[in-house]
Amino acid sequence: MRHLIDILDLSTQEIDELIATANDIIANPDKYREKCKYKKLATLFYEPSTRTRLSFEAAMYELGGNVLGFSEATSSSASKGESVSDTARIIGGYADIIAMRHPKEGAPLVASYKAGIPVINAGDGGHNHPTQTLTDLLTIMRKKNRFDGLTVGLCGDLKFGRTVHSLMGALARYKNVRFILISPPELKIPEYLRTDMLEKGVSIYETTELSKVMPELDILYMTRVQRERFFNEADYIRLKDSYILTLEKLQNAKDDLCILHPLPRVNEIAVEVDDDSRACYFEQAANGKYIRMALILKLLEID
Amino acid sequence: MQINPITNGVVLDHITAGKIMELYRVLNLDELECSVAIIKNADSKRMGKKDILKIDAAIDLNLDVVGYIDPGITVNIIKDGVVIKRKKLGLPEKVTNVIKCKNPRCITSIEQELPHVFKLTDRETKTYRCIYCESKAKNI
Repeated sequence: MRHLIDILDLSTQEIDELIATANDIIANPDKYREKCKYKKLATLFYEPSTRTRLSFEAAMYELGGNVLGFSEATSSSASKGESVSDTARIIGGYADIIAMRHPKEGAPLVASYKAGIPVINAGDGGHNHPTQTLTDLLTIMRKKNRFDGLTVGLCGDLKFGRTVHSLMGALARYKNVRFILISPPELKIPEYLRTDMLEKGVSIYETTELSKVMPELDILYMTRVQRERFFNEADYIRLKDSYILTLEKLQNAKDDLCILHPLPRVNEIAVEVDDDSRACYFEQAANGKYIRMALILKLLEID
Repeated sequence: MQINPITNGVVLDHITAGKIMELYRVLNLDELECSVAIIKNADSKRMGKKDILKIDAAIDLNLDVVGYIDPGITVNIIKDGVVIKRKKLGLPEKVTNVIKCKNPRCITSIEQELPHVFKLTDRETKTYRCIYCESKAKNI
């Protein structure tokens, strides 16, 4: 039985297959309407997350299945002190597959040991969020039709952003991918990740200025600078507006640039950018449902 | 200095000089009732100085713990006065409940019954990481 805890649990070939399935779902939705008839997805969300939970639920409903679960820890037995292992074991008797979001790192892995059914990590603290990465990869593939040779700009909070770390890990497995990292010095990628990338022979260029590198980018992945990551308010206020994407900054960008953002955004992408043909983040959010449908089918071993 | 040979038991040889008391403590050898010889700073051709530990009883030691603390150790199992098994340790692939994960965001910080498991992720730098949160182990 397979689980998805870390994006690197999947080989590049498996990622290709998931993308192919998602593309087929988008092209032929009727074919998939009853694939998961009588199957149940348990969404165990120990902390709130509207988009991820709803995209999992929508995915299961579109496959003809049903959904049960909870959307915050207070409405689960965790509030009575039940362990993740016990909850997973019990839910394993009620459902066919679990999607788990938990504030503590490693909780979905613990669940996978005892559930007896496939477990999908729907985000564990600041650690992993593999289905977001799958969503990013599907969007990139649909826009660019390749991963090899792309120049990918990652902008904003690169220190704490788990989506950035996972995406870099996933893309580093393809040929000649180049990363341009745009962030204030305080929010650069962690040292271990830089070492890991350099050891894999991946090209990295770090800068603090978005405009200068804009013409080179095929992909621009924007992230939110989160208030709670800062020790003091002054630093947050100083840095939060440094990396705001506007139409003016896009003037010298490529015509086929693909702008992504895991959402929610606060103000790091000006609303005026939304109607630009290069803005792909809402499409990216929609893709989240299709890749999760493909993933549920794969883990339930349904053709 | 003369220490009698043991008939049935375990000898840990080639312990890095100075490491023996840490092993003694971690392996809870103070709980043993048999003779235990702690030899510090013995002369060694290969190492200059080394520590040696002799336990005069056929006990099962947690060799993963021993290998984690000092991977250069040689373990000799002695039966009827003869060495029946000699094993050079190395870094274990995985250690359970030897290193404690100190990451406050790790699931082990709130679920006490979970074993603290660390996996060797880089042999060259002797890096162990928590299997749950991937935090690096600090003290090796």
